[in-house]
Amino acid sequence: MSIRHGLLALLSAGPRYGYQLRAEFEAATGASWPLNIGQVYTTLNRAERDGLVEIAETDPQNRVLYRITAAGRDALAAWFGGPVALTDRPRDELAIKLALALVAPGVDVARVVQVQRTATMRHLQELTRLKTAPEASGGAELGWALVRESMIFHAEAEMRWLDHCEAYLARAARHPRPAVPAGNDQDTEAVRR
Amino acid sequence: MSDVLFLDRADRTHGSGETAVHALREVTLRVAPGELVTVMGPSGSGKSTLLNLAGGLDRPTGGRVLVEGTDLGALSGRGLAALRRRHIGYVFQDLNLIQGLTAAENVSLPRELDGVRTAKARREALAALELVGLADLADRFPDRLSGGQQQRVAIARALVGERRLILADEPTGALDSHTGEAVLRLLREHCDSGAAGLLVTHEARHAAWADRVIFLRDGTIADSSGPVGGPETLLQDAR
Repeated sequence: MSIRHGLLALLSAGPRYGYQLRAEFEAATGASWPLNIGQVYTTLNRAERDGLVEIAETDPQNRVLYRITAAGRDALAAWFGGPVALTDRPRDELAIKLALALVAPGVDVARVVQVQRTATMRHLQELTRLKTAPEASGGAELGWALVRESMIFHAEAEMRWLDHCEAYLARAARHPRPAVPAGNDQDTEAVRR
Repeated sequence: MSDVLFLDRADRTHGSGETAVHALREVTLRVAPGELVTVMGPSGSGKSTLLNLAGGLDRPTGGRVLVEGTDLGALSGRGLAALRRRHIGYVFQDLNLIQGLTAAENVSLPRELDGVRTAKARREALAALELVGLADLADRFPDRLSGGQQQRVAIARALVGERRLILADEPTGALDSHTGEAVLRLLREHCDSGAAGLLVTHEARHAAWADRVIFLRDGTIADSSGPVGGPETLLQDAR
């Protein structure tokens, strides 16, 4: 996602100053994605250049009030209306790390899995601890609750995937591949660990 | 503070010689008042054995199990049964509610078996049902309660009286995610008010309500996570 769409979403509720956009963005996402004010103004300048927002007024202290344009509303509607493409998300470092642990010599892959599982569980415990506050009923609070639930589901999925990897590796260790070309045996070696 | 549960190098072997199966290997575990500990692990890793030893439902073949400072191995069969009734509450996946008794009667039964007078046992049962939010359904029979309500009755039965050790084996098994979460919140609150809890679950999101999560592999503790910092540390991490 781009910060641009986030700011357009907030502007669709009415004109805002840059500092307001920053505060509201953080309130809505539970500060899980902190923005600095420079990012906000850079994004607004580009959105203005592209005709998605315009300046509604400039107050005596030179603060600029931004307003969404019709083109901006179209861009926002397209964003809400379409799915988020998987390729837009960053590559999964953990999956790549495990894949490389299998081919690098001398790596205890089961240990890599366990270290990650403990860390992910700890993260999940911390997220769960945040739930002890009373349930949110609306607005930014509810938005943060949804972001938090998303983080919980991701952590839970990672735990399940790690369990799956462990079972997979254990099975591979019991049934190692029979013939491996000379000089290329380090992957099975790692699996056996 | 003294531990409510202390497994001191607890060992459990089934059979002997060549065919011996080591279900649990010298596991040491302490659970203090106010603490909720989750045990996770694949099937066959020793989770149920650990819970059965902690609850006095099975005896270790080596090491000791202490509940509220009492070595379970030193008790007679009758003494063990009394200690189980007074100090340990069990919540299992199959609820084991007695269908011919009302919710309140199910909850007061262990107290009456313990010699508490009926009127007092009922008062305690109503207090426990109040804790789980079922005070107004106290006189219903189990078949007139939903699955989630029945599970809450089972929890009330585990909490009734002055028991400080709560053992739960997949307590959210048959429940939908919302009701399952309510069950975990109850366990969490009860531990926050001074009980010690030991929970077995395969669901990471339920396990995460604990202060500590223990990972069992082949009868030994492979790793554990916790204790957890407050919300402040999380917000710092996010920045």
